[in-house]
Amino acid sequence: MENSTVDLSAIERVEAARTAHLTAGAKPAKVLAHDVNVYYGDKHALQAVNVEIPDRGVMAFIGPSGCGKSTFLRCINRMNDTIASCRVTGKITIDDQDIYDRSLDVVQLRARVGMVFQKPNPFPKSIYDNVAYGPRIHGLTANKAELDEVVQSSLEKAALWNEVKDRLQDSGTGLSGGQQQRLCIARAIAVNPDIILMDEPCSALDPIATAKVETLIDELRSNFCIIIVTHSMQQAARVSQRTAFFHLGTLVEEDSTKTIFSNPKDQRTQDYITGRFG
Amino acid sequence: MTDAISSLPTQLPPARRRAIPPDVAAARVRRRYASERTFKALGFGALALTAVFLVALLTSIIVKSLPAFSEHRAVLSVLVDAAIVDADGKRNADAIRAADYASLTRAAITAVIPGIEGRTARKALNGLLSSGAADDLRDRVIANPSIIGTTIKTPMLFSDDVDLYLKGDTGRHTAALGAAELTPSDVKGDITLTAANQSFAALIADLEREGVANDAEAGAHVLDGRIPSRVVYINGGAVKVVKATANTLAGPVLLPLSSVTPAQAGSWNLTTYVQPESRRRISDQEIVFIDKIRSAGAIERGFNWRFFTSGDSREPELAGIRGALIGTALTLFVTLILCLPIGVLAAIYLEEFAPKNWLTDIIEVNINNLAAVPSIVFGLLGLAVFLNYFNLPRSAPLVGGLVLALLVLPTIIISARAAIKAVPPSIREAAIGLGASQQQAVFHHVLPLAMPGIMTGTIIGMAHALGETAPLLMIGMVAFIVDVPTSISDAATVLPVQIYLWSDLPEAAFQQRTAAAIVVLLGFLFAMNGAAIWLRNKFERRW
Repeated sequence: MENSTVDLSAIERVEAARTAHLTAGAKPAKVLAHDVNVYYGDKHALQAVNVEIPDRGVMAFIGPSGCGKSTFLRCINRMNDTIASCRVTGKITIDDQDIYDRSLDVVQLRARVGMVFQKPNPFPKSIYDNVAYGPRIHGLTANKAELDEVVQSSLEKAALWNEVKDRLQDSGTGLSGGQQQRLCIARAIAVNPDIILMDEPCSALDPIATAKVETLIDELRSNFCIIIVTHSMQQAARVSQRTAFFHLGTLVEEDSTKTIFSNPKDQRTQDYITGRFG
Repeated sequence: MTDAISSLPTQLPPARRRAIPPDVAAARVRRRYASERTFKALGFGALALTAVFLVALLTSIIVKSLPAFSEHRAVLSVLVDAAIVDADGKRNADAIRAADYASLTRAAITAVIPGIEGRTARKALNGLLSSGAADDLRDRVIANPSIIGTTIKTPMLFSDDVDLYLKGDTGRHTAALGAAELTPSDVKGDITLTAANQSFAALIADLEREGVANDAEAGAHVLDGRIPSRVVYINGGAVKVVKATANTLAGPVLLPLSSVTPAQAGSWNLTTYVQPESRRRISDQEIVFIDKIRSAGAIERGFNWRFFTSGDSREPELAGIRGALIGTALTLFVTLILCLPIGVLAAIYLEEFAPKNWLTDIIEVNINNLAAVPSIVFGLLGLAVFLNYFNLPRSAPLVGGLVLALLVLPTIIISARAAIKAVPPSIREAAIGLGASQQQAVFHHVLPLAMPGIMTGTIIGMAHALGETAPLLMIGMVAFIVDVPTSISDAATVLPVQIYLWSDLPEAAFQQRTAAAIVVLLGFLFAMNGAAIWLRNKFERRW
């Protein structure tokens, strides 16, 4: 690797930042990744990623296409397990629990780590059933009344309740793109996760819908640990408190969003945020 | 962004385009349009040719089948003679069932044409009715014993030959009114008809033209079955012309004459039946009888319900497709309940759960190969395994269904896999991302969305099985089976095999029934394919 030295320096910086973070008396990290490598067959897609993600806040992953940010995101709820050729090494912990531990039930993990995808993907069922699906399969509610309550509160948290409360039995696929994406967020919230992963949640939306989803993310961060992958640096700047920059399968730099966009340490970060490549 | 792009070190080389003279460019465009036109014309031609063949085939089958959907019956008064039907007067059901109803129907038809003597003529008269006529009468009496001893009017089925004669143009004839006075020598037996003044010169000339020379020994022109038959209708009777001279006609009486009174010119006629007797299934004697019954107004034509309500028979007019239809239904039922669950589960496993390795690759290749295996091979397999090894009943829908299930399984697996594959992965991801297990994701989301596709594939597979003949021949479903099957272990046959069996029989009426059965089979196939298309359109989702 021609940039292995750079890698090491990046890791050192992250470690230093982490130490600083801890010594500053902040809460311990919600998600902690240590030396995470991901391979798709022979392809080394993600190299030695070390990062810690604090609770209650928004962490943005930015970087050019194919840099590994989505791959890393999908490691956090083990969605990569569904890809046969994918292999993950290293250690990722959530609340100090190794999520790649054999004793861990991946279904339970995904109930704790919700996910919102790039393209809105509501089930072709009613709006109500979309939101109720998670609580139903996990047995979170005892009766219909409780389920109704969960559905309502989830839709309210996703800022969708007022738009759909009169047509809960209509198909979820009949909503507009932005509404569908907020429905997907409501669906993720309904199982009461700790962490919500968002993989470019606004890339298929128009600016107005994007603005609504961004407002929503901003509201949700007081209750959830949100990790968002985005191609839009403006979006990262608007919604996130911390930002990680990925490039060519390595985590180049991770810091507070302000620092990344105003005073990045790495030349590549500098080049990317100023639009020299990507 | 713009300055970033312009500052890229690797600039694209300037486009180097050869200048094309305008005339060359125009020629190129013309060629392109010409080739497109040619392709369109060829495509249209291919389509038109196919359509022509299809329409020709369908028309030919339907036209051929139409006569089979109607039947002719003689509506006759029949005396349900208590002495024959219920000899001991006890209304004993067994006795009533065992009675000789054929004698009653014989008596009924004899009553319409009285005065017939001679064994041959009687036999011809009795032979007009189907053997089913007596059975129908029996059913009627058993259903309603109170008619015993009374005279009832009942329709009696004609035999297939009579039916065909009444439907077809076998009886095509020309009649020439007699131009001179004609004197019969007798009212029955072999008689001579005498006229004066060379009245039959024209007939003799016709006969000469047909290749009949004057027979020196008989002193007359002798007519045989190889030339058109001539029948003289005179004095309410009919005489077949066997020998002809310029002034006399001689031959047997087919229908007794009322008297030997000389018939005036214009009151008798000479009828020529264009089709020679040897080339038709029905004799001059029978034609005369039928025409007599017809003139008595005792013939009715009705829809052939029997075709749908009875099983196979050696008599074409009694043969029906009920047995084959029920056999088909039972066979397809066995096929469906076997291959739908097995096929769908196999498809789900292969598509969603199976590890992708060389073993599943081999299985996949072999499923595709299996879909291309000739169907008769499955029949041999059924014969060897189900019949010889497991000793399952021969000719039974159970075995037929098993064999067809093997045949259809690859089709269903392939179409079900395609339907499952067509469900976008985002739905799967959404479910799995919510913490659904793989199985929950499949059964809650993927399968319901794939179901219309699976149903379409299944229906098309079943339509394939419905039309299959070869494998069923191997397991003995080709037997002549009269009884309508009632369970999956009864001996049965299926519609395509019934068609195959009938197509082999020489009777013209069976040829029509073959066509009719094909029409019914095609009807089912179209209905099934229509259902498949309807399902696909109704549940089709766009993502």
